[in-house]
Amino acid sequence: MNDNTSASQKAYLAALQRQKHWVTFFQWACLGLFLLLWEVCAALGVIDPFLFSSPSRMVRSCVELLSGGELFYHIGITVFETVLGFTLGTILGVGIAILLWWNPFLHRVAQPYLVILNSLPKTALAPIFIVWIGNNMGSILAVAILTSVIVTILNVLNGFLSVDPEKQKLIATFGGTKRQLFFAVILPSAVPDIMNALKINVGLSFVGVMVGEFLVSKAGLGYLITYGSQVFKLDWVMLSVVILALLSAFLYRAILYLEKAVLRWRE
Amino acid sequence: MEAIVRLHGLGLDYHSAQGETRAVEEVSFAVYPGELVSLVGPSGCGKSTILSAIAGLLPPSRGRVELAEGIRVGYMLQKDHLLEWRTIFRNACLGLEIAKKLNATTKQEVWALLEKYGLADFAFRKPSELSGGMRQRAALIRTLALKPDVLLLDEPFSALDYQTRLHAADEVTGIIRSEQKTAILVTHDISEAIACSDRVLVLSKRPAVLKNTYPIQLDGAKTPFQARESADFHCYFNQIWKDLDYHE
Ligand SMILES: Nc1ncnc2c1ncn2[C@@H]1O[C@H](COP(=O)(O)OP(=O)(O)OP(=O)(O)O)[C@@H](O)[C@H]1O
Ligand SMILES: [Mg+2]
Repeated sequence: MNDNTSASQKAYLAALQRQKHWVTFFQWACLGLFLLLWEVCAALGVIDPFLFSSPSRMVRSCVELLSGGELFYHIGITVFETVLGFTLGTILGVGIAILLWWNPFLHRVAQPYLVILNSLPKTALAPIFIVWIGNNMGSILAVAILTSVIVTILNVLNGFLSVDPEKQKLIATFGGTKRQLFFAVILPSAVPDIMNALKINVGLSFVGVMVGEFLVSKAGLGYLITYGSQVFKLDWVMLSVVILALLSAFLYRAILYLEKAVLRWRE
Repeated sequence: MEAIVRLHGLGLDYHSAQGETRAVEEVSFAVYPGELVSLVGPSGCGKSTILSAIAGLLPPSRGRVELAEGIRVGYMLQKDHLLEWRTIFRNACLGLEIAKKLNATTKQEVWALLEKYGLADFAFRKPSELSGGMRQRAALIRTLALKPDVLLLDEPFSALDYQTRLHAADEVTGIIRSEQKTAILVTHDISEAIACSDRVLVLSKRPAVLKNTYPIQLDGAKTPFQARESADFHCYFNQIWKDLDYHE
């Protein structure tokens, strides 16, 4: 900031900063209050800690699972499947969107299928994948990819098609080919759409991986959740859910950084 | 003198599921080297269509477009269409890049153009940081970088506010004159047409036919600004106004 900022502007910025601090404070306060209430209710027997767990019990089972090294293993499996799922889902989705942009005839043929597949709950196909691919990680990945690929195709294609047709004319006036049009104008214009698709896909891919892990039931946080609920280890279940929440927040952050890097690269 | 662009009974139709649109009925005219010719006509009469045909983007439905041997045509669209993620310099290079003519020499030429027309300081800025008039200049440089012999300008100022528009018209016309280009300017602003050009062609409403031609002679006026002050300006204005207002 330069030195000649006026006093009123400084006051305004200070007020803005204060407000920001208060927002952060209340965000943490809500979380703290919730955990405290949970702990107290469990300790006083208002809720049954065996069924509802409690923050302290979760910490204890976390330490217990960590010391055996199991927790890292399950987290690692879930992160691996999710990251691979949304990465492949996004790449495949963008690839198909490019194909459909390139060939409008193909796009028109595919249109009704895309609409139906988009509204179909993709997780319903999970049992079929297990039969086809086997009771293994392949099926989990297939579900994760399928959950994200269709919405990626639709969003990215929409991004491609929303580019001003006059820009197409501009490239034509320079004697440009369709390929040049795509790489100089269409693809860079759709970078924000692709990054948005990636953000949506983190969440969708988690859903796919969870359903896959529930069914395959071999490893991962999804496995820990089903297994924990079957043997009434609700501490494990709650812990896994909390870890999932943290993971998705972390991955979302990672995508935001990637987005910044890609937007810089586009320049 | 040999014409640089000549239209022989050019006619164009559009086809769509809704039906056939006859955009241009029959238009013939010639443009000579160094001339700045304006096309005026009611909205939707087929002006952009004629330019597209001259640029070779649309095949004529009737008649033909004849360009002098080895002529390069540059087209400037209504909006600047600068790519927001590129700097002004890289935007100015876009045409060269697409035409696969971008090299050290042509880059140097783009620099020279940016410097000459007051954009050198903004070369590494993004288009969003420039005013409308500057953006329009950057778009013109993008077209000039390909060294066209004939410039087609499709309402290049219509997206600008009135003040900027007068300045931009003055500037762009000045640039075209100083680069000794031939230009065809499409506009629906009668005073712009008179102020900027050597000849005004008036088109009828759609489907377009050539209605009238006015060679513009304004004594002593060298720039569009001076032209607007000139005594004969209003005579031309009233005549063309009557042509356009004509109902059949
Ligand atoms: N791609 C197209 N398909 C069908 N009709 C079209 C197409 N492009 C233009 N037209 C029609 O052809 C006619 C002439 O269009 P054109 O854009 O050449 O007019 P114009 O004189 O440039 O108009 P404006 O003053 O609005 O720029 C219009 O009636 C328009 O609706
Ligand atoms: Mg037009």
